[in-house]
Amino acid sequence: MAIPTPAAPPANPFAPSEFERRKARAAARNQWIMFFFCAVLVVPLVAILVDIFAKAAPVLSLHYLWDNPVNKGKAGGLWAPLAGTFYLVIGSLLFVAPIGICAAIYLNEYAREGWLNRIISITVTSLAGVPSIVHGLFGVGAFVLVMLPAINRVVADPNDRTTRWEAGLLTASLTIAVMNLPVVITSAREALGAVPQTFREACWNLGATRWQTIRTIVLPNSFSGILTGIILVVSRAAGETAPILFTGATYFKFVADSGWEKLFPYSIGEAFMAMSMHLYIISNQISQMPDVMKFGSAAVLIGLILFINSFAIALRVWLRGRKRW
Amino acid sequence: MINGKPHIEFRDVCAFYGSKQVLRNVSFSVPRHSVIGVIGPANSGKTTMLKTINRTLDFIAGARFTGQVLVNGESVADMRNPNELRRRIGMVFPLPVGLPLTVYENVAYAPRRRGITAKTELDEIVERCLRQAVLWDEVKDRLELLGTRLSGGQQQRLTLARALSLSPEILCLDEFSIAIDPVTTMRIEDVLRVLRKSMTIVLVTNLVQQARRLADNTLFLWRGEVVELSPTDVVFSEQPKDRRTYDYVNGIFG
Repeated sequence: MAIPTPAAPPANPFAPSEFERRKARAAARNQWIMFFFCAVLVVPLVAILVDIFAKAAPVLSLHYLWDNPVNKGKAGGLWAPLAGTFYLVIGSLLFVAPIGICAAIYLNEYAREGWLNRIISITVTSLAGVPSIVHGLFGVGAFVLVMLPAINRVVADPNDRTTRWEAGLLTASLTIAVMNLPVVITSAREALGAVPQTFREACWNLGATRWQTIRTIVLPNSFSGILTGIILVVSRAAGETAPILFTGATYFKFVADSGWEKLFPYSIGEAFMAMSMHLYIISNQISQMPDVMKFGSAAVLIGLILFINSFAIALRVWLRGRKRW
Repeated sequence: MINGKPHIEFRDVCAFYGSKQVLRNVSFSVPRHSVIGVIGPANSGKTTMLKTINRTLDFIAGARFTGQVLVNGESVADMRNPNELRRRIGMVFPLPVGLPLTVYENVAYAPRRRGITAKTELDEIVERCLRQAVLWDEVKDRLELLGTRLSGGQQQRLTLARALSLSPEILCLDEFSIAIDPVTTMRIEDVLRVLRKSMTIVLVTNLVQQARRLADNTLFLWRGEVVELSPTDVVFSEQPKDRRTYDYVNGIFG
């Protein structure tokens, strides 16, 4: 008896048609195009980082961070400008955080929809687009030329010039704070707005006042977003040169090399060194500056900002994980 | 406190969102310790009516009302401190809202805001309210769980427990049973029959049979107007005062 041979397998009914094959090819091609532009973005960044850190490698060490600059930065370390940037950031946060958060709370929680609210919102957005050098000049006009003389009338001895406050940490912090205010307000408003309105209504229905609702429900659940926004302006405060150029940063200053005075090298009414300013000065204002010092400063400044930003990102990821609704 | 006045009274109330009118000359009164059922199709102003009672209409931009809403004979519009009023009125809206706090703190929220801090007192309030909302057995072992992690029906009962936490004199329920299974709904209805001895209940519902089961009087609201307010057995009889009521209750209404 002949064993029947199995029938030839039928043509695959799920085989793609010519049309589907064409679409699949287009989809793959488009994905590669998008990847190319993504690479265009990333490659220069990586190249710059590698280049800078490679050229800075000979000087990078803990001593480079801890020692004070010698001979206008041609030798030594970066302690004086690093400390200046640190206190500048802290100082500006002291102003920008409370003012920005309070303003955002008012705009998001209290202000009624209306022309006044809209004008304030437009102002805040426009302020965010103002170039930083304009903020710097504003700082000169408002803080250095108007505020400082007023302070000196109170604190300074008229017969002793050394007791007068000069443009320094206070004026520069205020200028940076004004520059970052719109960023903080906008990010804080977004964080507050992300708390569902239904939570507020539930509290109001229970007879909670607006402030009780804000304190117990809105703020605890938007704190993470507000904090992330604040950390991001820290990197802006650390990196900007223009706003502090005329409002307190100086190109060189001798600071104490040991003791408590090394940790607190500047008083608030005294010019200070800052990383961004230092980098600007040593890279093109001083002749015979060794290249390795320029790249060293750039590497430290970039490293500082990358560190702060990655801290903000890590914080955001961690807080997203413990979202409560 | 108990006087001859109706517990809640609406006199010629009109409510507006911007230029859109949602309540038209609504007038009625609710006696103390009674249950009033409010029925009517969507968009007939039922929720707005509740929001005028505890003045949460204030929070909606462009919303306002005219006429008088009286609680205990006192006009709510003239009250200096609307939060005091809101504490006397328990509100449950149809969307379940668990606050992003623990189950315990959800219920203790309003008492705490009122200055009650003694742990024993709060424990007692939390257990009583969760029992009244028929939620206690399900959550008694996990009071530290976030209220937002409960299921929809459980969150709805949590909302009810929260509304009861200040022992309000008026309880407004807006579609409270929408996310709750029928068996639990029946148990809550049993609780409401007990609660009515100590509070006046306004029951807004799309389930006309629920109004029939619970309400002493039933109000039929349609397009912002009171079509009929009659004793419940009249509304559900063959001859209510208005023909439209009969049609709506029996599902003939277009």
